[in-house]
Amino acid sequence: MSSITKPVKGSDKDKGSVFSRLFKGNIRQYGMIIALVFIMLLFEILTGGLLLKPINITNLILQNSYILVLAIGMVLVIITGHIDLSVGSIAAFVGAISAIFMVNWQMNPVLAVILSIVIGGLIGAWQGFWVAYVRIPAFIVTLAGMLLFRGLTMVVLEGQSISPFPNGFQKISSGFVPDFTNAATNIVAIIAGIALSVLYIVTELRNRASQRKYNFATGSQGLFIAKLIAVVAIINLFTFVLASYAGIPTILVLLFLLIIIYSFVMNKTVMGRHVYAIGGNEKAAGLSGVKTKKVTFWVFVNMGVLAAISGLIFAARLNAATPRAGTNFELDAIAACFIGGASASGGIGTVFGAIIGGLVMGVLNNGMSLVGLGIDWQQGIKGLVLLLAVAFDIYNKNKGNTAS
Amino acid sequence: MSDIILEMKGITKTFPGVKALENVNLKVRKGEIHALCGENGAGKSTLMKVLSGVYGHGTYEGDIIFEGKTCEFKDIKDSEELGIVIIHQELALIPYLSIAENIFLGNERQKGGIIDWNETLQRTQGLLDKVGLSESPNTLVTNIGVGKQQLVEIAKAFSKRVKLLILDEPTAALNEDDSENLLELMLGFKSQGISCIIISHKLNEIAKVADSVTILRDGQTIETLDMHKDAVTEDRIISGMVGRDLTHRYPERQPKIGEVTLEVKDWNVYHEHHADRKMIDNVNLNLRRGEIVGIAGLMGSGRTELAMSIFGKSYGKNISGTLIKDGKEIRNNDVTQAIKNGFAYVTEDRKNYGLILLDDIKRNISLTGLEKLTKSTVVNEHEEVLVAEDMRNQMKIKTPNILQKTSNLSGGNQQKVVLGKWIFSGPDILILDEPTRGIDVGAKYEIYTIINRLADEGKSILVISSELPEILGICDRIYVMNAGQITGEVERAEATQEKLMTYMTKHKAKV
Repeated sequence: MSSITKPVKGSDKDKGSVFSRLFKGNIRQYGMIIALVFIMLLFEILTGGLLLKPINITNLILQNSYILVLAIGMVLVIITGHIDLSVGSIAAFVGAISAIFMVNWQMNPVLAVILSIVIGGLIGAWQGFWVAYVRIPAFIVTLAGMLLFRGLTMVVLEGQSISPFPNGFQKISSGFVPDFTNAATNIVAIIAGIALSVLYIVTELRNRASQRKYNFATGSQGLFIAKLIAVVAIINLFTFVLASYAGIPTILVLLFLLIIIYSFVMNKTVMGRHVYAIGGNEKAAGLSGVKTKKVTFWVFVNMGVLAAISGLIFAARLNAATPRAGTNFELDAIAACFIGGASASGGIGTVFGAIIGGLVMGVLNNGMSLVGLGIDWQQGIKGLVLLLAVAFDIYNKNKGNTAS
Repeated sequence: MSDIILEMKGITKTFPGVKALENVNLKVRKGEIHALCGENGAGKSTLMKVLSGVYGHGTYEGDIIFEGKTCEFKDIKDSEELGIVIIHQELALIPYLSIAENIFLGNERQKGGIIDWNETLQRTQGLLDKVGLSESPNTLVTNIGVGKQQLVEIAKAFSKRVKLLILDEPTAALNEDDSENLLELMLGFKSQGISCIIISHKLNEIAKVADSVTILRDGQTIETLDMHKDAVTEDRIISGMVGRDLTHRYPERQPKIGEVTLEVKDWNVYHEHHADRKMIDNVNLNLRRGEIVGIAGLMGSGRTELAMSIFGKSYGKNISGTLIKDGKEIRNNDVTQAIKNGFAYVTEDRKNYGLILLDDIKRNISLTGLEKLTKSTVVNEHEEVLVAEDMRNQMKIKTPNILQKTSNLSGGNQQKVVLGKWIFSGPDILILDEPTRGIDVGAKYEIYTIINRLADEGKSILVISSELPEILGICDRIYVMNAGQITGEVERAEATQEKLMTYMTKHKAKV
């Protein structure tokens, strides 16, 4: 390559620093996964093996799904350098509207779900308009939204809960992908695990082949195979655990799809690049041809849609729309993003990180409940975990920065 | 005169993977102005950070001896106590506090936690007189210009009983008049026995005020020159900095100028916030294929406003006028449209408007031309790596790899990334706003070479610059602006600094 700067000693040393930089970057990425594994092991021991029982794993997914859905949208908002405090209220409002559609008006559940999601999008558009075009800080717009939509929820519900939802609708958050045999272990789950493994191996191989085509350095063969085996083992272990209880929860399929789609959009598409660019430096992005207002607007529309989905999942799980639904959801979702490495000043964060952050919170909740810790202590400990996670992240960043 | 106030001996500072300073020695005599020269990335700022305690004792090797005593500064407070005060390139004033509040920030005149405003204001007035700034101590810093802000910084330094004043690129953001004032002021301090270290890329200023010059290159001391004894010329300093003789500061070029590619007609722009202030007043200009056209003008003459208003209406309100490109009337209603029409604008403020500092070189280069790497909205990342590698080689960006964060690059290399990003977007018309601001001589030459190459490829280039020698050195034709109007147009052959200066200060009669 170029030999302009340090002709003789440069090349080798530079390679070394690239490698160590990559490694360092990865350690930060994997830091939260390691923390998650550690927390899981801790509670596995403290609960005497209850935590990783198939039924509890399934429970964990069902309990946390609506926060994870919110976290996906929230991390996009945070990457653009904004915040959304209104998602809990929006979730409650959409849940209430859907109850009116389905319970009071006897509307077809499919139609009701679609309409509810559209309403979520419209609410997102309303907030996005104020943030992106009128340039009112998102903190204020969404604080107003938090009050407004909580109020509207109470208005439409007239202070009462509405229930029960039709059976089909409840299946969103309590159903399982149907099995075609009556075996004790769920065959569909096992097959899904195998299919996913094959899919994963094929993508990785194709990626590696493409790297070769472009003459890029590919990592060592041994390491590559070890990674493949490890991931495949985890996938199949996970599906096997699910199979030995009731199979794959429907909600997991939805969650999985959302994670894949949003990770793809954020990493591989122009839209994703533009979101990161705006968060990194809005002015520079604007002068580079990124339509900053439009992108910001759509990020909020997207948040509205995901908040609506989250509200529907929660209503289905509770089998009721209540005026207090979704309280503090926004805080859990925001905490998930920050634990997952997002930066409060924008430009940094990943969907995957937010999911890991959400799981850390979820496992903590679940584990502490199993141990029998009161809600008072749970809150306190979660607060400390959030603070420490971000402190750890900032400490790491500072260490990285002095290298410049 | 000859006794040494400061000696830095054998300073070595390493960052992970990089040796920023290697066995650097610096001696500053009492009451002299000592210039520190070197290309960007040579280690000047790092050395000053070691001296002022930003990098505390223990993070580097070597000794700092100030007034005969070996010092171990843990932080800036320690060095300030001894009278070493550094004024950074980026001013550290708080815009919505008054001059007096800024000067005594962190050093408040107080009794038991209660601020003594009378003493504060009185002492501020004294300090302002000393630096020759006629503003009320109660004026908010946001309401005064950059030149005056610099004076406030210096007044702040004087509030701390300064013995050694370090100025990092003090005139980079100043216009000629303000720079002149500042240099005069420095000479004044010298007569009061205060020593100064000045870091500057403007060699004519160094030649004017400095008593000695220490040259750094690649983190090592190359030499210290006595400006009075040795026959030191600007070229002598440059050859020390780059390690070779620069016979020409501007590369040779045989212009091949073609037909008119862009015409700007009757261009008017009003201020973004004050709708009645006309910023650009009936400007007409044209660019031809393969031509480098300069816009000279003082700060505030409307150069940047003109460029940004043409580039997708990025500045101003109520913009009127026509753009004709290749004989056809076009509209640049937003940046995206301007890019589609083949325009590129390299901003004068690369850190705030040009780069996404959080991101690496690769992503910065690909951002504007992302569609070229995209198939059905999916970015081909492998292709992106190749593009970025190619740009890095073309532009000679000095970096271990293209995954380096742009915040870690030196000014010259950052500018090359910005240029690379716009070259990748494939423009026909490039507007370069202060393309070499704050960049060292070697990198400047490389950037001029790139500009020439682009012109030879048949692109039309508009260069805005505050440095007249630069405009004279690279442009084929020069427009001069003042107060939002074009006050003159000069062919290269007829252009002289004096001629441009007269146009720059001339006011067109209102029609």
